[in-house]
Amino acid sequence: MARSRFDEQLAQMQSSLIRMGALIETAIAKAVKALMTQDAELAKSAIDADDEIDDMEKQVESMCLKLILHQQPIARDLRQISTALKMITDMERIGDHAQDISEITLLLADAVYIKTADTIPQMAAETIKMVSDAIDAYVGLDREKAQAVIRHDDVVDALFTTTRGELLDLIRADPANGEQAMDFLMIAKYFERIGDHAVNIAEWVVFAITGEHKSTRII
Amino acid sequence: MIKFDIQNLKLYYGDYQALKGIDLAIEEREITAFIGPSGCGKSTLLKSLNRMNDLVEGCRVVGKVLLDGEDIYGALDVTELRRRVGMVFQKPNPFPMSVYDNIAFGPRTHGITQKHKLDEIVETTLKNAAIWDELKDRLKKSAIALSGGQQQRLCIARALAVQPEVLLMDEPTSALDPISTGKIEELILDLKRRYSIVIVTHNMQQATRISDKTAFFLLGEVVEFDETENLFSAPRDKRTEDYITGRFG
Repeated sequence: MARSRFDEQLAQMQSSLIRMGALIETAIAKAVKALMTQDAELAKSAIDADDEIDDMEKQVESMCLKLILHQQPIARDLRQISTALKMITDMERIGDHAQDISEITLLLADAVYIKTADTIPQMAAETIKMVSDAIDAYVGLDREKAQAVIRHDDVVDALFTTTRGELLDLIRADPANGEQAMDFLMIAKYFERIGDHAVNIAEWVVFAITGEHKSTRII
Repeated sequence: MIKFDIQNLKLYYGDYQALKGIDLAIEEREITAFIGPSGCGKSTLLKSLNRMNDLVEGCRVVGKVLLDGEDIYGALDVTELRRRVGMVFQKPNPFPMSVYDNIAFGPRTHGITQKHKLDEIVETTLKNAAIWDELKDRLKKSAIALSGGQQQRLCIARALAVQPEVLLMDEPTSALDPISTGKIEELILDLKRRYSIVIVTHNMQQATRISDKTAFFLLGEVVEFDETENLFSAPRDKRTEDYITGRFG
């Protein structure tokens, strides 16, 4: 194998990316569990996890830039490395949203919830799967899996619309529900955005495999 | 418009078949890069475009190479072919004479003897090769005293002096430092406005920087021929991918 050192460095970068992916999946899972159980300690731990995610972003970024500097990658190497550079921006944002959700959880820690919003844990489960599948698709260069993630965004969008409708009904029933309903709407929106970021990741994975981003050749 | 139309070109050195039926269209006023591992046939094909291979004993060519529709292995005069299709080699090879005489050599061979005409050709050619400012005060000095990069640009100028239509370049920067390489690449890009250029290079980055189209050769065949940006971003053939990413070859 002519470029074993390069392949080794590429593999190291990818394993850091997988680790970053695992961290954001855990952050989303912790954020939703803390929210549903009103567990302030767990929410704080989800907030703290964001620093590690930010560190991982810097680490993967540095590895990618060094690979570009040292190896001057072309073809699939260029696509994979540039895709990783784009992915980590969306992954870092996902980490931010998990943190945002946990900050609202802290505000609501002592409140009596107006409603146990079933759709919120559903949104969390769906987005965790989207993020996990998008990163798996990158590692396995699995185009079908990446496209499934892109399609799956409709499910999360529908859950958001349902949540929004339910929260509106609660406000109509009693305007005093308004403040908490707004908090839950924010949380739902954060999950909806996490879904969008997973779609962005999946779109770059398709580029890594085919050279086309959103059906357009960009090189 | 197609400048060179290569049709099912087979080339043999004695019993050894170096080219196995090449079909390739070289566009006018474009830069076409030939890449591939050593011994893949890219330099052989380059040399067959102005019949330099005729000089190799036991060399035999089957198939057609059309220059503006005319078969160069047919009735076309070889001297005229080589005037129209100039060549620049890997190692700068200035003649051991003055800068001026290097440039005037070709035009003199083609019968131009008047001094004012030769003066004009030398000046225009050196300007076209973007080396006039550096050499205008050294025209009577020996070309051998120039730096490697200057010698190579002088060789390009020498090739231009007979007003060719095509320039063939066989790894023209492989013996040069990055600054000289950069100057030659700029020059090649500038020359594209007037000439069709075919360049053999082992430097993938160079092919991506300057060429419009790239052909990847392997074992005497063209594996893939495409727009350079396509070939280097998403090649269609796994053998191309493996070669350009350095995984074999």
